[in-house]
Amino acid sequence: MATTMQTAARRKIRPFDWRHNPGFGIFSLIVMGFLYLPLAILVIYSFNANRFVTVWTGFSLHWFSRVANNGDIRHAAWVSVLVGVLATICSTAIAIAAALGFERGGRFKGEAAANSLVMMPLVVPEIVTAITTLIFFSSIGFHYGVLNLVLAHTVFCVPFAMLPIQARLNTIGTAYEDAGRDLYGGEWRIFMRITLPLMVPGIMAGAILAFVTSLDDFLISFMVSSAGTTTLPVYVYGMMRLGVTPEVNAISTILLVISAALALVAFLISRPNEAGAAASAATPAATATT
Amino acid sequence: MLNKRSAYWLILPAVLVIGIFGAIPLFISLAYSFMSANPYGGVQAPLTFGAYVQMLFDQDFDGSLIFMPDYFWIAFRSLYLALATTILSLVIGFPVAWYIVCQSPGRRKVLLTLVSLPFWINTLIRTYCWILILRDEGLANKLFGWLGFISHPLPLLYNQGSVLLGLVYTFLPFMVLPIYATLERLDPRLIEASYDLYANRYQLFRRVIWPLTKPGIAAGTVLVFAPALGSFLQPDLLGGGKQLLIGSLIEMQFTSSRNWPFGAALSMLVTFAVILSLAWQRWRTKRAAAAQAA
Amino acid sequence: MPSEVLSAAPAATARPGAPARHLIEVVGVEKIFGDVATGHRALEAINILIEEKEFFTLLGPSGCGKTTLLRMIAGFEHPTTGEIWLQGKDVASLPPRERPVNMVFQNYALFPHLTVSQNVAFGLEMLRWKKADITARVQETLSLVKLAHFANRKPAQLSGGQQQRVALARALAPRPQVLLLDEPLSALDLKLRKEMQFELKRLQRETGITFILVTHDQEEALAMSDRIAVMNTGRVQQIGTPEEIYDHPTNRFVADFIGEANLIPGESLGRRADAIIAVRPEKIEIARPGVTPRISGVVDVATFLGSDTLMEITIPGGRLRARIRGAAKLPQGTEVGLVWETEAERELLD
Repeated sequence: MATTMQTAARRKIRPFDWRHNPGFGIFSLIVMGFLYLPLAILVIYSFNANRFVTVWTGFSLHWFSRVANNGDIRHAAWVSVLVGVLATICSTAIAIAAALGFERGGRFKGEAAANSLVMMPLVVPEIVTAITTLIFFSSIGFHYGVLNLVLAHTVFCVPFAMLPIQARLNTIGTAYEDAGRDLYGGEWRIFMRITLPLMVPGIMAGAILAFVTSLDDFLISFMVSSAGTTTLPVYVYGMMRLGVTPEVNAISTILLVISAALALVAFLISRPNEAGAAASAATPAATATT
Repeated sequence: MLNKRSAYWLILPAVLVIGIFGAIPLFISLAYSFMSANPYGGVQAPLTFGAYVQMLFDQDFDGSLIFMPDYFWIAFRSLYLALATTILSLVIGFPVAWYIVCQSPGRRKVLLTLVSLPFWINTLIRTYCWILILRDEGLANKLFGWLGFISHPLPLLYNQGSVLLGLVYTFLPFMVLPIYATLERLDPRLIEASYDLYANRYQLFRRVIWPLTKPGIAAGTVLVFAPALGSFLQPDLLGGGKQLLIGSLIEMQFTSSRNWPFGAALSMLVTFAVILSLAWQRWRTKRAAAAQAA
Repeated sequence: MPSEVLSAAPAATARPGAPARHLIEVVGVEKIFGDVATGHRALEAINILIEEKEFFTLLGPSGCGKTTLLRMIAGFEHPTTGEIWLQGKDVASLPPRERPVNMVFQNYALFPHLTVSQNVAFGLEMLRWKKADITARVQETLSLVKLAHFANRKPAQLSGGQQQRVALARALAPRPQVLLLDEPLSALDLKLRKEMQFELKRLQRETGITFILVTHDQEEALAMSDRIAVMNTGRVQQIGTPEEIYDHPTNRFVADFIGEANLIPGESLGRRADAIIAVRPEKIEIARPGVTPRISGVVDVATFLGSDTLMEITIPGGRLRARIRGAAKLPQGTEVGLVWETEAERELLD
C-alpha cells in the first residue's frame, strides 16, 4: 500500500527532462513496426508448407529447395552475382581514387561541379536513369550483354562506394600522413604504408554497399538487360507479375536476408562515427549540402 | 595534402564514367525527345515538338489537334501522390528523428541502423510484402474477417491508397535520416535556453527547432519527392495498372507502346521537375544559412 | 499554458504560514548519476542558503559538481534526494519554465536564426506579454547592457563580448528572481573578462536581482561575489565572503585552491604533528637581524617581479614561497630567517 502510494507520488512529480517526450517512443515503435512487420510477414510466409500462401499449414523448407533447383533462377542469380562483383570492383576502384581526390586534393576549381556530377545518380529518379541508359546504348549500338549491365551498374554504384570511403578519410584526418611526410616518406609510400591501411574499413564498407546496391537494382537492369542477361530481381519481378506464389516468397526472403546481412556487416565494419556516414550514404543530398 | 594536378587525375575516372554513362545519356535522350518514332521501336528524323505536343493533344485524322487531358491527369496524379508521400513522410519522420536524437548514444546508433537498413533492401521485395498483406486473400483481410469486421474481403489493393502506402513505406527513411542529421547538430543548450525562457513543447518546436531544422527538412523533401515522382514499382505492383503514374507511362513507351521520343520527352519532364525541386532545396538551405549569418 | 495570463516570470507562491525564509534554500541535496548504488555521486550533502540581492558564486575545479547544482536550481537536473526551496516553495521537481529563474548559458546559446531583439523578446513572448510592453522591455534591457544599436543584428554578426551581453539581456528581460550564470566569462579573452566582471557587478547592483555564478576562476569569484561557496568532489568545502574565504580558509583544499598558500607541516614549526599551517606567500617577510625567525631556510630561486620578489625557499621538511616587497637581492644559497604575523597563519586540521 505504502509503496503504491509512493510510486504514484513519484510519477506525479516526474522530474523535467526535455529528452523525455511522452508518446514519441510509442509512435517510433509503431513506425519501426510499420517498417519491419511486412518484411517479417514475408519471411514467415516463405516457410509455409501450403501452396496457398496465406493458409498456414506448417513449417517447410520445400519452397526454398524448389527455388534452388530452378535452372532459370540459378542462371539469373549467376548473372546478378557476376554483374554485382564486376560492378563492385570497377566502382570501388573509381571511388577510392575519387574519394582521395575530393578529401585530400584541397579546394580546387570545378570541385563542386565534379562532386555534383558524381552524386548525380543518387538524385535522378531511377526510371530516368534506366531509359536514358537504354537510349544511350541503343543509339551508339552498344549491345554486349553483361557488359552493358556492368557499365550501367558501375555508374550508380560509384557514389555509394565513395561516401563511406570519403567519411573514413575525413575521420582519419591528415595528421598521420603529415607525420609520415615529416619522417621523409615519399607520397606513394605514404599512401601505401599509411593512408591505404587506414582506409581499409571504409573501402570494405563502400564495396559491400556497392555490391548490395547492384544486387538490389531492378529498374535499370529491367531496361538494360536482354534475353540471357536477366538479373535475379528482374526474373523475380516477372514471377510476381504472374501472381503470389510460395516460390516468390522463398526467393524474396533469400534476397532480403542477403541484402540486410551485407548492409549490417557494412555498418559494423565502419567505426562508430562513420556508422553515421554509412547511414547517411542513404542521404547523399544531406551530406552534400552540409 | 595532394597537389591540385593529382587531385584532378584522381577524380578523372569517376567524372569520365559518370559523365559518359550517366550525364551524356541525358542529353541524348533530350535529343531523342525531339525526334519521331519509327515503327521498329527506334527513332528517326526530322526534329519535331511532336512528343511534347502529344502530352496534351491528340492528332485527329485531318491533322488538327484536339485537347486530350489523359496524360495531363497522369502527370497531375504523379505530382500529387509524390507531394502527399513527401508530406506524410515528414509528418511521420520528424517525430521519429526527434525521438532518436533524444536517446543515449548507444540506442541512437541502433535506432539509426534500424531506420537506414530498409534502404539497402530491395524495393521490389519491400513492395511485394504489401501485396501479401493487402490482397483479397491477404493478411489484412484474413485478420478483419477473423475478427468479424467484414464478411467480404475489402478491396485494399490496387487503389491510390495502396500506392501511397507503398511510396511512404519505401521512402520514409530518406526523410528521417537528413532530419536526424540536422537535429543532431543542434546545440542542446538552445533547447534548454528555450525551456528556461518559458517556452512549452509546442513553442520550442515552432520557434526554435523547426526553423533550425529547415535545411534537413528541405534535403529530406527532395530525397523523398524526386524518387516518388518517378516511381515505377509501387504504382505498378500496388496500383495494378489502374493507377497509372508517369513512371509507368515512361516504361510503357519503351516496352509495349514503343514510342521512344514520347518516353524520352516524359522523362525530360520528370528530370526538369527534379531539377526544380533541387533548386528549391538549394534556395531554402541558402536562405536558412543566410538567416543565421546576416 | 495555465489559464491565467502571465504578466511576469512565474512567481513562486509562498507556503501559507511559512516562516520568513531565505530566497533560495538548498537542503541536503544529493545527486547520483546512474544507478543509486553504483552510480557516480556528483553531489553530496549540499546545504546552501542564498539571500535576496546577493551575488553568490559556486567556485571549484571542473567536475566538482558546481554546474550540476546550478542546473538543479534552473530545473535541468533534479536532486536524487534533498530539497530546493525558492521563495518558500519546493521547486525541486518543477520544470524550468515554471521557475522564476533565468540562465546565461556557457557559450551563450543564443538562437542563431533570431535577431538580437528577437532573442531578448523570446522569453517575454513565451510569457504572453503585450506587444507594446515587449518592445519597451527589450529596448530597456538592451540599453541596460549597452547594446541598443545592435537590436537588428544576428548573433553571428556580434563579437564574443557582445554576444555575452545579449545573453545577459535575454535572461534579464523577463525580470527573474534569480539569474544563473554558467561560466559566463570563460569564452572571453583576459581584457574583456576583466571588463565584463565590472559590468556583471554593475548589472547586479542596478537590477537588484540575485546572481548565482558558476566559475572555476578564483580571481573572478573573489572580485565579484558577496559570498562564495567553494566546492570540491561534490561537496561544499566552505561558504563565506571573499575575505573570509581568503583569510580564513577552513581546510587544506580551500587554502590551496584560493590564492596561493604555503602548507607547512606542523612539526616544522614545533606544533601538533597532525596540523598543517597555511601562510600566504605575501604575508611572509624576511626576519631582520635580532628577531627570532619562525622558521629558517635556504634561498633556492629569487625571481624579481617588478613590485616584489618571489622567493622559493627550502625549509626543513619542504619548500616555501614568499613574496617579498621590493627587490630583495639575495643570492642562491643564502640562509634566511622568515617571520609572519600570527593572524596571517591558519591552522588546518584535515
